[in-house]
Amino acid sequence: MTDWEPKIIALLCNWCSYGAADLAGVSRLKQPSNIRIVRVPCSGRVNPKFILASLRKGADGVWVSGCHPGDCHYIEGNYYARRKFVLLKKFLEYVGIEPERLHFSWISSAEATKFAKVAEEVVEAVKKVGPARYLVKREVEVE
Amino acid sequence: MSDTIHGSVMVVGGGIAGIQAALDLAESGYYVYMVEKEPCIGGVMSQLDKTFPTNDCAMCILSPKLVEVGRHLNIEIITLSEVQSIEGEPGRFRVTITQKPRFIDLSKCTGCGQCGTVCPVKRPNEYDECLSQRRAAYRRYPQAIPSAFAIEKRGMAPCKVACPADISVQGYIALAAEGKYFEALKLIKEENPLPAICGRVCHHPCESICTRGKLDEPIAIDFIKRFIADLDLKAETRYIPEIKEKREEKVAIIGSGPAGLTCAYYLAREGYQVTVFEKFPVLGGMLAVGIPTYRLPRDILEAEIDIIRQMGVEFRTGVEIGKDITISDLRKQGYKAFFVAVGAHKSKKLGIEGEELEGVYAGVELLRDINLGKKVNLGNRVAVIGGGNVAMDVVRTAWRLGSEKPFIVYRRSIEEMPANEEEIEECHEEGIEIITLTAPVRIIGENGKVKALECIKMELGEPDESGRRRPQPVHGSEFIIEVDSVVAAIGQETDWTCIESAGDCRISRWGTMEVDPLTLQSSEPDIFAGGDAVTGPRTVVEAIAAGKRAAISIDRFLKGQDLREGREKEKKAVEDVLLEGYDRAPRERMPRLSVDDRRGNFEEVQLGFTEEQVRREANRCLSCGICSECYQCVEACQANAVKHDDQPVERTIEVGAVVLAPGFKAFDPTVYETYAFAKHPNVLTSLQFERILSASGPTMGHLVRPSDHKEPKKIAWLQCVGSRDINHCDHPYCSAVCCMYAIKQAVIAKEHSEQDLETTIFFMDMRTHGKDFERSYIRAEKEQGVRFVRSRVHSIDLVPGSDDLSITYVSEDGEVVQEIFDLVVLSVGLEIPDSLKELSQRLGVNLDEYGFCRGSSFKPVETNRKGIYVCGVFQSPKDIPQSVMEASAAAAEAGKLLHPVRGTLTREKIKPPQINVMNEPPRIGVFICHCGINIAGMVDIQEVKEYAKTLPFVEYVANNLYTCSQDTQELMKQAIKEYRLNRVVVAACTPRTHEPLFQETLEDAGLNKYLFEMANIRNHDSWVHLDKKEATEKAKDLVRIAVYKVALMQPLTEPELPVNQEALVVGGGVSGMTAALTLADQGYRVHLVEKTDKLGGQALHLYKTWTGEDIQTNLAEVIETVKTHPNISLYLSSEITKVDGFVGNFTTVVKGPSGESEIKHGVAIIATGAEEFKPQEYGYGTDPRIMTHLELDQLFMSHDRRLNAIGSAVFIQCVGSREPSRPYCSRVCCTHTLESALELKRMNPDADIYVLYRDMRSYGEREKLYLEARREGIIFIRFDLENKPKVWVEDGSLKVEVIDHILKRPILLSADLVVLASAIIPRENEAIAQFFKVPVNEDGFFMEAHAKLRPVDFATDGVFLCGLAHYPKPIDESIAQAKAAASRAVTILAKKTMTFSGTVAQVDQMLCSACGTCVNICPYSAPRFNEKGKAEINPALCKGCGLCVASCRSGAIRLMGFDDAQIFAMIEAA
Repeated sequence: MTDWEPKIIALLCNWCSYGAADLAGVSRLKQPSNIRIVRVPCSGRVNPKFILASLRKGADGVWVSGCHPGDCHYIEGNYYARRKFVLLKKFLEYVGIEPERLHFSWISSAEATKFAKVAEEVVEAVKKVGPARYLVKREVEVE
Repeated sequence: MSDTIHGSVMVVGGGIAGIQAALDLAESGYYVYMVEKEPCIGGVMSQLDKTFPTNDCAMCILSPKLVEVGRHLNIEIITLSEVQSIEGEPGRFRVTITQKPRFIDLSKCTGCGQCGTVCPVKRPNEYDECLSQRRAAYRRYPQAIPSAFAIEKRGMAPCKVACPADISVQGYIALAAEGKYFEALKLIKEENPLPAICGRVCHHPCESICTRGKLDEPIAIDFIKRFIADLDLKAETRYIPEIKEKREEKVAIIGSGPAGLTCAYYLAREGYQVTVFEKFPVLGGMLAVGIPTYRLPRDILEAEIDIIRQMGVEFRTGVEIGKDITISDLRKQGYKAFFVAVGAHKSKKLGIEGEELEGVYAGVELLRDINLGKKVNLGNRVAVIGGGNVAMDVVRTAWRLGSEKPFIVYRRSIEEMPANEEEIEECHEEGIEIITLTAPVRIIGENGKVKALECIKMELGEPDESGRRRPQPVHGSEFIIEVDSVVAAIGQETDWTCIESAGDCRISRWGTMEVDPLTLQSSEPDIFAGGDAVTGPRTVVEAIAAGKRAAISIDRFLKGQDLREGREKEKKAVEDVLLEGYDRAPRERMPRLSVDDRRGNFEEVQLGFTEEQVRREANRCLSCGICSECYQCVEACQANAVKHDDQPVERTIEVGAVVLAPGFKAFDPTVYETYAFAKHPNVLTSLQFERILSASGPTMGHLVRPSDHKEPKKIAWLQCVGSRDINHCDHPYCSAVCCMYAIKQAVIAKEHSEQDLETTIFFMDMRTHGKDFERSYIRAEKEQGVRFVRSRVHSIDLVPGSDDLSITYVSEDGEVVQEIFDLVVLSVGLEIPDSLKELSQRLGVNLDEYGFCRGSSFKPVETNRKGIYVCGVFQSPKDIPQSVMEASAAAAEAGKLLHPVRGTLTREKIKPPQINVMNEPPRIGVFICHCGINIAGMVDIQEVKEYAKTLPFVEYVANNLYTCSQDTQELMKQAIKEYRLNRVVVAACTPRTHEPLFQETLEDAGLNKYLFEMANIRNHDSWVHLDKKEATEKAKDLVRIAVYKVALMQPLTEPELPVNQEALVVGGGVSGMTAALTLADQGYRVHLVEKTDKLGGQALHLYKTWTGEDIQTNLAEVIETVKTHPNISLYLSSEITKVDGFVGNFTTVVKGPSGESEIKHGVAIIATGAEEFKPQEYGYGTDPRIMTHLELDQLFMSHDRRLNAIGSAVFIQCVGSREPSRPYCSRVCCTHTLESALELKRMNPDADIYVLYRDMRSYGEREKLYLEARREGIIFIRFDLENKPKVWVEDGSLKVEVIDHILKRPILLSADLVVLASAIIPRENEAIAQFFKVPVNEDGFFMEAHAKLRPVDFATDGVFLCGLAHYPKPIDESIAQAKAAASRAVTILAKKTMTFSGTVAQVDQMLCSACGTCVNICPYSAPRFNEKGKAEINPALCKGCGLCVASCRSGAIRLMGFDDAQIFAMIEAA
């Protein structure tokens, strides 16, 4: 178990958090290598199903990140994203998913350090709760 | 005329104003040259952390604009350039610009940054306002456009200029400072093959000229070199330079001294077969037989020779050319060229009586005998004649051999001695006497042996040709010294046996060989000569230089090339090196053998620096040349983009118009002595503080103070530093932005601070006059707890024993208060730098008294030179939105001038027809980028490549050094064709910068550009991980994710819709009319709709502009032009009843006196204006003498007699503005009051005029009126919102009572006139807002798309905004904004068709349940119900955010390019 490394899917807004990840690269800010980034036009594009699908496909954690409140490239997409996310997170907690698996953040495209820091925090939080146990779609083992 | 004017515009300045002007112009059909003095565009805005009042991240909003400019087909960015002159006339200007070299080829640089990584030279980082350091090879900031790096050079460092061998001295010092000793060695060995030797015996002219010497002491360059060289000699494997290419030609070198060795080294490196012939039994020439071993140990000499031997050079000792073998013999043996470097081994004679006596020795011969092991007995008293290094060597050798009293006799003084300083110093240490100003006259003998030396005293006369003062004997001063031996060391000459048989080589009368000084070729073409043999006795490094020079000549000679071409270079040292700002640091001292340990042996005296000493010493270097020419970047750059010999260029460009947007300079507060900015590190300028707050700044956004990196608990801002001040800086104007940025910084600082941060702003008047500024102010004070103190601070002092700062100020009660802060921010103003003033002078463009280039109120962006327009802070102090508006306005002016040639010089992308790939199974090509070593250094490209081949549908995988390079694009196109690829994945950097480039390549190859996906294996992988295995695994995952997505990508169409090239302008005031005229003058049909029956709007009620220009005359002219303009259709007394359609295709119904008419138009400009608030307080309406601004203007305009009899007038400010119910500033009232008060004062010079105000907001240059008013005796009394003045009528006269803010007591004023500065309030805008689907803000003004960068656009495309409908503003700003709105409109009207993005949402009509969610939430009003009652999305309005898609309850909406299926596939692949 000690060798276990979590797999985390990050759904990042193209205009801010994805840009922050780019800038973190330019600034050579070291980060854990567990995160796989999926670029979306806006955090408002994130359908709750994406988060569920991630968990089902074996991700141990999901991280959604958008622009700061008021900074949305599309005026207010991030507010809708937050509303949906809060609701979904409550629901998933209800069905037994540890809250540590789901993360939401606001990171502007200039905040490279914040990106690297949150990336580390997300990985740490997911590591603490261990491999995902619920929702994961596994192949049926045949004896 | 149209065929002779140019359809291009030059924009001077690449800040936000220049960017906006360039984009507007390029989108309107003009080719744009953007001239920027920095290596990249972005201006000051790129340095900002956040922008007020919305606190948007500045870089987030700026960088998309930068990318847009950078990629625009019709904008050419010319960096590092300045305009020299503009000749010609409007429409046909010839602009001459000079461009400084970048030293990096823009077309090759990929911006990967390797050059910056290896560059050893540190420079203050101007981008961080010198709070951090950058390298000499640098990019101003990561998002910079162009993204290419640049190398900063000042010129050649004096040390390199002084070095005869041309070594990049500063280069190896810089490398040593970084601990890169091997790199330093390689750099030295490019120019000097004998660094360990030189590091000991060089006379180091580099140190004599070292700039550091002007500050304290020169850098110990030679000792650093010795350390670097010794390190290599001690290493397990020594550095052997690579042989370039083996060649067959044989070369003979005669003499193995430094010249011969050097020549051998370079020829061997070129691949020649080199043999060195040496007469003596040992190698090294004078190095071996002249210099004693305590200065140059033999193992060091042998080690450096051995390296040359290992390079394939053959050495033959004991062979004397001319005796044992002749040059002719060697020619027969096949030697093709000869280098004669036989040195000067024959001592010159003293030429005095007794020289033949026993015990008289010749210097070099004596040293040679001793060095070759011969025993010599010199006796105790040894007189050594001479002052050079040979004399020193002899005398110190004598001392070591046991002579009790060896001494020097020298005819000049110590200062003139040619010997190395340290030799003289060590001589003194060893107790050796140096008798100066003494010359030998004769040697006295006894029995054929030396007994004594007769000398004469000398004195120094006039300087001779060498610059040294000529010694002259003092008559009668002869004296005799008893000696045992005399050694003559006054110079050497050459023994020319070797060439006596070599034909017609000529020997000069000085005994040296005559050769071409540049090529060293003798009159025999195959014989070259150098070193002491040519120059007479000189130094080691000069011999090395000669050897190298000869090697170059011989190489060219043997290759049959021109020997002289390109070799006559003048070396010129930089001069303007600043010596300020450095602490004095002493030179490191060389550890030496103790004097006791030196006696009787030849142990090396100088022991060498330790590494710590080397690092300390190297760090003392001032980097005179900035770039040290260490050439690390050349090696690191795999794109071969570095070109150190880049030269400045002068260009003349023909353009039709010029827009000046050169910006400003932040005021340098050093002149405020009492603020001690230069002394205390914790006193910062606001721009420095901006960098500290910035996430990309020197502290990565961590709020700490510079001195000790402590988190501050208390910060103070001092306003008006360099503004509103004539004592320190002659800047009477207000900078217009500082109040707001200070508030912003205080609020952001509080957000950044983990503890409770106290923030205090010391100000005179709080000027928050812009849209939503007052709200920010109120929020900062009431909610965020920023403290505001009305006081101008006198001084800042350091609190003794700490880094804290004490501020002394006088409170409003008159009390002197002292308060301590951790950090003080000086809110510095904006100023026009001298360089810009000079530019204006060169261009013949007039500036106002403060240096700004302000146009008149009615022509705000025009200069006195027609065809040259101005915008941004250069025009007048202002904030970003105002600059952006003016930029668009300037673009509109240029468009007005050039519209007949619109589109004549612009280029259009021609796209080849698309290949139909529908219904084909995916055939994916994957291109993996090395990015030099940026990716390949961390990711195993081969492994990723092999893996990619296994992925489904992948048909082709390639890896490229730089996938973005031009040649790779060609390879990509070929691969697409050859392998019939229909999907492409590029695994490289970020799609945010590179996707458009690759998409273009796809289109060129006939593929739809949406059949593309990037895997970001650099920014998100190789750059942020340290484990190669992990990084490689992640790269594979990222490639897989991209492949899974791209397989599902479909070709998307970019809908193209026709544009109706007519415009609708709503509102016939100054703004509406200006907008209409600006469009009509460019040839577009305009429909101008005005609600009332006449044109003019609010301007009809105004008297003069703040600059005193008459409004009615100008207005009448405008109205007349509008009425008679052939392109304007006027709809008076008309209102809009219906609007349909979208950008490019609107249909609007207008109802007028003669019924309804339908207008088809492509764009709409809303200029519906605002109105004056009718006050309900201060007795308004109860007495005709109590009136508003506009009512007073009516009296002025009608020349009302009553105004000539005013004895006392009171103006009351903020009537209806800045009230809880209307929390905004009406912007114009303070200035209006000042104008009116001054006008009244002019009419009634004895009248008492009072202005009752809360803050005087005479922003920008309007401050001039405030100063004038005070000078004219107008009395200003401040009041608070809580204690408003009272106005009443008593016994028929007007009374005003106000609490004086200083006396805190009521003052009673009698007035003949009370003028109320009443607010500007919005009109009922709801209907218009609904028609055009545009929003209004809380105050009822229209809300622009973005407060900073889209100030005249609405979020709804094709609808624009200007004038009072946007926010209260004066006429000049309304006109600028109206022109800006027109300019933005032209960017649409200029096109016949518009293309929209393919990544838009689409509704599946079958699934839509018509719930209306999408219709409600879309901020762009793209979805609407169609005639069947289902939702339908207009692709022209859709921005592709996907909000509706994620919110659709029926799953009926798909987002093209980011479809659910695609994202699910990515998640699955992850």
